[in-house]
Amino acid sequence: MAAIAQTLDVRGLGCPMPVVKTRLAIDKLEKGQVLEVIATDRGALVDIPAWAGATGHNVLEVRDEPDQLVFLVEN
Amino acid sequence: MTDDHAEQRMTIVAWSGELDKVWPQLILATTAAAYGMTVTIFFTFWGLFALKRPEVKITGDNWMTKMLAAMNHDRLSHLNMGGAGPVMMKKLASDHKVALPQELLATAQELGVRFWPCSMTMDLLGLKAEDLIDGVGQPVGAATALAEMQKSTINLFI
Repeated sequence: MAAIAQTLDVRGLGCPMPVVKTRLAIDKLEKGQVLEVIATDRGALVDIPAWAGATGHNVLEVRDEPDQLVFLVEN
Repeated sequence: MTDDHAEQRMTIVAWSGELDKVWPQLILATTAAAYGMTVTIFFTFWGLFALKRPEVKITGDNWMTKMLAAMNHDRLSHLNMGGAGPVMMKKLASDHKVALPQELLATAQELGVRFWPCSMTMDLLGLKAEDLIDGVGQPVGAATALAEMQKSTINLFI
């Protein structure tokens, strides 16, 4: 598994904050570095991969855990 | 990173200061900016109230100004229903974890969303640049807004 460069906690935040804060955080990483995003907004399950696909970021992993969603997004 | 949206532009004409309009204005603006689009919000008429510093009162020196001011006595909470509307919307926001307009405004600025106040509305309301929040662009007219809209692939009037 890719090394995680940074973790972003957006638990408790609704649309559009998970995507928006992911963007702000990943812009601060180097190319190839991985951002871990932890969210509770179910909409993020669709929105983060959609955003990533449209902006050229790779979603390496999506984990739908009982009380949270975890995304690994590569810059 | 190949950003497919880097060259795309979105312009929102924000003409309403009602909470149920301010929300979609700012949610769509921040999301489009997160997509890498160049986003501009042209704040005009009642929409301009979102950019006014909260402590600035519009006193009104003519009937039009007075009318506009009276229609916005409660900033960002014009969804009335006997005064229950704003309270309900704010409760709904906190229950569903939707960010408040002030937070979305700050996030939009952080993402580089351009805020263009309408110069004509500023004249109408007697507002000066220092009456508006920090980080707002210089006042522009309809022609500048239209020039930007001509370059935009998405134009919204909210």
